[in-house]
Amino acid sequence: MSTLPVKREKSNKRKYFMEKLSGKVFLFCALLSVISLLLIIGFVFFKGSKPFIGEGYSIVDFLFGNDWVPSENQFGIFPMIVASIYATIGALIIGVPVGLFTAIFLAEIAPKSIAKIISPAVQLLAGIPSVLYGVFGLAVIVPFLQNQLGLIKGQSLIAVILVLAIMMLPTVVTVAETAIRAVPKSYREGSLALGASQIGTIFKVVVPSAKSGIMTAVVLGMGRAIGETMAVILVAGNSLIIPTSLTDSIRPLTTNIALEMGYAFGTHQEMLFATGIVLFSFILLLNFVLARISSKGGN
Amino acid sequence: MYTTILEPKMVKDEKSTVTETPETKTKIHVENLNLFYGEKQALFDVSIDIKEKEVTALIGPSGCGKSTFLRTLNRMNDLIEGVKISGKIIIDDENIYESNDVIKLRTKVGMVFQKPNLFPMSIYDNVAYGPRMQGIKNKAILNEIVENSLRGAAIWDEVQDRLKSSALGLSGGQQQRVCIARAIAMKPDVILMDEPTSALDPISTLKIEELIAAMKKDYTIVIVTHNMQQAARVSDKTAFFLNGEIIEFDETSKIFSMPSDQRTEDYVTGRFG
Repeated sequence: MSTLPVKREKSNKRKYFMEKLSGKVFLFCALLSVISLLLIIGFVFFKGSKPFIGEGYSIVDFLFGNDWVPSENQFGIFPMIVASIYATIGALIIGVPVGLFTAIFLAEIAPKSIAKIISPAVQLLAGIPSVLYGVFGLAVIVPFLQNQLGLIKGQSLIAVILVLAIMMLPTVVTVAETAIRAVPKSYREGSLALGASQIGTIFKVVVPSAKSGIMTAVVLGMGRAIGETMAVILVAGNSLIIPTSLTDSIRPLTTNIALEMGYAFGTHQEMLFATGIVLFSFILLLNFVLARISSKGGN
Repeated sequence: MYTTILEPKMVKDEKSTVTETPETKTKIHVENLNLFYGEKQALFDVSIDIKEKEVTALIGPSGCGKSTFLRTLNRMNDLIEGVKISGKIIIDDENIYESNDVIKLRTKVGMVFQKPNLFPMSIYDNVAYGPRMQGIKNKAILNEIVENSLRGAAIWDEVQDRLKSSALGLSGGQQQRVCIARAIAMKPDVILMDEPTSALDPISTLKIEELIAAMKKDYTIVIVTHNMQQAARVSDKTAFFLNGEIIEFDETSKIFSMPSDQRTEDYVTGRFG
């Protein structure tokens, strides 16, 4: 008994040391992601801005030029910007309604037993590696389009849209479902007690109340679509044109970088980094929009 | 021939005027109502006749089944999974559990909840919500309904110049009166109130009680309350619930002055609950 206080003091010293040490370790871990972010941004911007600062290329020609011919030092990414935007919007047009209706079904309509099967299935969709989406698109969607629409080449804008729409589903469904479930039960009761039908209640009260969460779901889905690379490479067809129809072969921004980075050097390589800056700006814009939405939702 | 048809009719008319004087006409007839949450029984053989254009208060300790009972009257318990109900609830000659038109039932039997549950939209849109759901689109008609309903809930003067601003900016007491206006907008016969003042301050409570007294001439009101003074102040009849049963149902004055059951007396005098 008498030795106990001495023992205690010793172990306390060690505790304080461990306390300090673990604090440092946690701090280091927390900083790691910030450092990585800054390094990546810094590196991409440093490399990507070189041609415009040191080598006299025009930013306008880069953003709005129609021709990408690295061997002739022509670097215009306008067709790719358009392709990325079209593909993202197209995927949203299909993916958002399907995802939203799925979320409504899971949160409001489905009996628990059915929701228990569908919910994990949707979440599992998020875990499938994107290259497998591409393979699926290439093996199933592309030949299907080729046969149904009589195309020479099934790799097209519409194929990209379909693949991206499926890929954004888990994000849209999960985030929207959470938002819908967070709507107070009293709103539903109030609406039903006024003689509104269940569907009326969902669309007039529940969905509007979950608006900011649903918008978040849309923006996150958008981010997923615009940044997707691997699946898109396989089904896009990679033609350097401004798409004028859904069946045109396209090359989005991400694909451009992934396809050419492997062998590019010099200005060509730097222009690919510049493409990355443009892509990054889109994502940054989306994040900004997202922050605005969630701060509004807080009020 | 005429006489044979007319005579029984006249007799019937006479009879009905005798039995259905305004004071005694039954609006809601409940007979042997049993309710189960899964295996657990929450209401036992509840039978009660609620009269038209009277205020009926339901009192009793927490968990005695009074709110559950109230919610059977507009079938809000349908929303809870695993609820089973047996017995009869007849409103205007119709067994509400035989008809499957809950929408019609809920337009006839409105409800005000414990906490104000206005939707996150403007005051106007909240009150117009029910009528719009019934398909009324005409602006002039909606304007009239909204104004009349807000007047009926004694809140028009306070909100008339900010109908388009968010309903959630109002005080709790104002919100609850807009909730009442929202219920009135459906032109219901019956209004159910589930502890409508339990989340409000005394002054707001007083306003709602005055409103209930004024609404009595147009509506049949059933109110659940934890506040015994409130039941005594606002209601004509009082039913005392205990463990899912109605122990006693009588004139409010009688329940509070000379109840016939010892348990009622113990409760209203504050000996338990």
